[in-house]
Amino acid sequence: MDAQTIIARRIALELRDGMLVNLGIGIPTLVASYVPPGVHIFFQSENGLIGTGPIPQEGLAQARLTDAGGRPVSAIPGASTFDSAMSFGLIRGGHVDVTVLGGLQVDENGKLANWMIPGKMVPGMGGAMDLVSGAKRVIVAMQHTAKGKPKLVRRCTLPLTSARAVDLVVTELAVIAFPGGRATLVETAPGVSVQQVLAATETELTVAPEVLPMKI
Amino acid sequence: MMQTITLEDAVARIQDGASLMVGGFMGVGTPERVVDELVRQGKRDLTVIGNDTALPGIGIGKLVSANLVRKVIASHIGLNPETQKKMLAGEMEVELVPQGTLIERIRAAGYGLGGILTPTGVGTVVEEGKRKIEVDGREYLLEVPLRADFALVQAFLADYLGNLTYALTARNFNPVIAMAAATVIVDAEHVVPVGMIPPDNVMTPAPLVDYLVSRA
Repeated sequence: MDAQTIIARRIALELRDGMLVNLGIGIPTLVASYVPPGVHIFFQSENGLIGTGPIPQEGLAQARLTDAGGRPVSAIPGASTFDSAMSFGLIRGGHVDVTVLGGLQVDENGKLANWMIPGKMVPGMGGAMDLVSGAKRVIVAMQHTAKGKPKLVRRCTLPLTSARAVDLVVTELAVIAFPGGRATLVETAPGVSVQQVLAATETELTVAPEVLPMKI
Repeated sequence: MMQTITLEDAVARIQDGASLMVGGFMGVGTPERVVDELVRQGKRDLTVIGNDTALPGIGIGKLVSANLVRKVIASHIGLNPETQKKMLAGEMEVELVPQGTLIERIRAAGYGLGGILTPTGVGTVVEEGKRKIEVDGREYLLEVPLRADFALVQAFLADYLGNLTYALTARNFNPVIAMAAATVIVDAEHVVPVGMIPPDNVMTPAPLVDYLVSRA
């Protein structure tokens, strides 16, 4: 199983029936494919849609029904559409149960940097700052390292997305939670030891009394 | 009272140096005919306010490519490399605003408010130079209203009085910018007789619309 699939499958298990969920682009988008059978999730697309469905079959795309990247999507029966003020009211107002976002860095207290690399990549924050500030629960989906460098760091060197800490980080190696505001290793992926996770992490991780195997 | 107007005459009313709010999200819900006519008439030094700058060859991206834009105010420019290039080269000013803050600043202008208080951006670079106000123990940024000379709106249906509806995710910024500009120019996919849009379905009431671009 590749890294992205491990991450997406694990995060899908965090979703509960009836939740309103916003998925960012990249790995987070894959989470929708692994929702357990019988669990109905309302997926929000921040351009103004609740009830986002799979990418339509060729020839069935509708030019006015798109995701936040402008790509055609489908809408499931029971979907609703609205303007951008309501879409961000849903986000900022605490109506979104879970948001899953990509990450560039997460610090030891759970602060996230995911929207720019000064001088290199300045795409704009889009909806990321509102999502992290407003969603009830923030889950970061990211690879554990980038080009061999840890992404779980003591302090973010990149600009923060929000002052609010995230709730959970899921990588291909581990699940990290933040009880009491401290980065804590709670699960390891199949075949991965606690030592391997610690070695790939810059943050001094607290190791939970019982580190569970990551369910995927 | 709304006037029906030719495309050429509608755009002729926009002077060089004007500020334009443009509906659309990655070009979905952008009045492409109006954008094309802005390019044809070569309007210069425009300030363009919109969610994003789409892609080269689509929506606001066409204005950027034609060097008609002095300043962009948007939440995301990451999918248009030309915008990033012009920004980094200092040829075009870009103000990046979190998406939920951008739409609320526009809404504040249209709804007669002196600004909005948002938690989004607190503790990030977005708070620089802004007033922070504490309400019930939580910190907020004061974000000021944003208005424009023109709103360029794409509707799905318009009746001959100017009542509008929007379709699916093409709604996005459109109904909000229709409240926040001195002059509102609308292009609609279909123009229908008065009464065809039931009162409950009107998303932008007729008195807000100044010009409807004729389909002829």
